[in-house]
Amino acid sequence: MAGIAVLVFREVLEAALVVSVVFAATRGVPGRERWIGAGIAAGVLGAVALALSAGVVADAAAGMGQELFNASVLFAAVAMIAWHAIWMATHGKEIAMQMQALGAEVSHGRRPLAALLIVVALAVLREGSEVVLFLFAQSAGGSGWIDIAGGIALGIAGGVATGFALYLGLLRIPIRHFFTATNWLLLLLAAGMASQAARFLVQADLLPSLGSRLWDTSGLLSDRSLLGQTLHALVGYDARPAGVQVVFYIVTGAVIAIGMRVWGKPRKRVTGAA
Amino acid sequence: MRSRTLSNLVLACALGLGAGVASAEEAEAQLVIRSHKFEPAEITVPADKKVKLMIDNQDATAEEFESYELNREKVVPPKSKITVFVGPLKPGRYPFFGDFHKDTAQGVLIAK
Repeated sequence: MAGIAVLVFREVLEAALVVSVVFAATRGVPGRERWIGAGIAAGVLGAVALALSAGVVADAAAGMGQELFNASVLFAAVAMIAWHAIWMATHGKEIAMQMQALGAEVSHGRRPLAALLIVVALAVLREGSEVVLFLFAQSAGGSGWIDIAGGIALGIAGGVATGFALYLGLLRIPIRHFFTATNWLLLLLAAGMASQAARFLVQADLLPSLGSRLWDTSGLLSDRSLLGQTLHALVGYDARPAGVQVVFYIVTGAVIAIGMRVWGKPRKRVTGAA
Repeated sequence: MRSRTLSNLVLACALGLGAGVASAEEAEAQLVIRSHKFEPAEITVPADKKVKLMIDNQDATAEEFESYELNREKVVPPKSKITVFVGPLKPGRYPFFGDFHKDTAQGVLIAK
């Protein structure tokens, strides 16, 4: 049971951290639970479907279907996060001021929640499909259903608890700085996803590595440690990145930061402040 | 803006694709997964060369080839073959494992 729980935990953790950041970033939006719940549900259904068609995906694109699929999913998430982060840079200050003034939930229907629903769904899809495949293998390998069910329950509970802890931690950020903080977190999340996507394309030999191991910080912080894995999911930490991963990371981060700068300038005076 | 991010990424990919295809020498190596074990459990490849690692899963269950040292992970569906590109590697030992059957599926790739 412990082995099953550990693997399930590792996969759930990565998805749960993404969900936490999204949940924080949508603070104050009415009905966000429904949106995020729908994203998780869509991701779980997609994960099962993807696991069932793992053979087809693997054989596609001359055996590089998995890498292309993963990279596409990651790039799609990057685009959605970029859209949302830049939108929030334009509107985040107003929202924070309204929340301070009203001390209540504010409604702003134009907000691209669908973008974040997709981010959540894609995160759950990627991590979930590995869990499902692993569980297929376990049940075929003769593990009892009590072991499997217990492992799933423990793994999910641990992953969700860690995600919830992150969310509670984020809530401690003062509201004035809150959306600035979640926006930077979204930027780092997107940069990390772009770097992972680049790694898949190197693995498939579709991108040059530009140095297969640019540095090795596994001695300082291992990828397999809980902290290393948490930082991997949140900000794209990689102990042994290829050069091109670093390029993708920086370019993605820079493009989003510039986008937030350019479109984030107050264009009209909303109030006397700022 | 979204389209700009996308177009930058697409551009980066396109540039990369061109360069990737043009890569010079590469070595090949083969692994078999049987009864949740890698055969051979130790495999030697040339150092400083890109290596095309082919893995044939003969089991009826899926496996995930994974290595922290090689920074790779890829699902190997039941009864199927996959390819993973690694390196060019500095001389050394690079452990790998099957994430779905860690107890038995362990191996090491040695670059010389």
